[in-house]
Amino acid sequence: MRITVLANPKRFLDLSRVLVPWFLGATVVLLGGGLYWALFNTSPDYQQGESVKIMFVHVPAAWMGIFVYAVMAGASLTGLVFRHPLADVAAKSAAPLGAAFTALALLTGSLWGRPMWGTYWQWGDARLVSELILLFIYLGYIALWNAIDDPVRAAKAAGILSLVGAADIPIIHFSVDWWNTLHQPASIIRPGGPTIDASFLWPLLMMILGYQMLFFWLWLVRMQTEILDRRGRALMMAKGA
Amino acid sequence: MANFFAMGGYAAFVWPAYVASVLVLGTAIVLSLRAYGKARRTLRQLEQEMGETGEKDS
Repeated sequence: MRITVLANPKRFLDLSRVLVPWFLGATVVLLGGGLYWALFNTSPDYQQGESVKIMFVHVPAAWMGIFVYAVMAGASLTGLVFRHPLADVAAKSAAPLGAAFTALALLTGSLWGRPMWGTYWQWGDARLVSELILLFIYLGYIALWNAIDDPVRAAKAAGILSLVGAADIPIIHFSVDWWNTLHQPASIIRPGGPTIDASFLWPLLMMILGYQMLFFWLWLVRMQTEILDRRGRALMMAKGA
Repeated sequence: MANFFAMGGYAAFVWPAYVASVLVLGTAIVLSLRAYGKARRTLRQLEQEMGETGEKDS
């Protein structure tokens, strides 16, 4: 039996080597342009003043925390149903990136909340707490992968956790409508279109797209890493045998 | 310029948010690329060793 068959999705590696430089280039252009636009070419908000600048790093991070979770849960489901190792690799590689985005969403949000709401944190706010729970789910998912040596069993356990945890995603999205507490309702993805001013919307969309490209870039790099690691482990086992 | 850094009085909140974003995402980039480089080196070394002893992965 060829031991490398399981851990050798060669076509994926070939394709991702082609895609990686494009995602890297798109990340640099979009984040460079987005940051310049956000910092130097937007005026202060009539209510928030210059604190509105935090939005340009907060909203993309918060969006990515949820987007990456959807990717991770989707890949986990694919892995559980079709038992394709590449799907497990995809889910595992996405998790630390999602955790980083979610942590940033919480941090930047609380830095905005202090001057605007008068507090860094409010346990009674459903959006804040459900976002914190998202971070814990990510961390639990990563811990589960680290705790189980056998990658097939680890993928199964972590995959199930990610599917159960997916219940938090709609709660995060609708928390601002279901519970009317601190966090304001959506201003972009809402019925009737965005209410945010166009001068803020465009640089914000550019930042969101930049974060998106950054994720795709690092996700591919991490998937390649995981595949190479698995191949290395397979070779080690063959050598020892 | 000083006006820009003052951020209309919100400097203490705006700049930490940007610095944290750059630090966290920068760390994610560094760690991901470093792990990739390490995995490649390790695998190449293993493959060379296997080649020298004449073993095949079949």
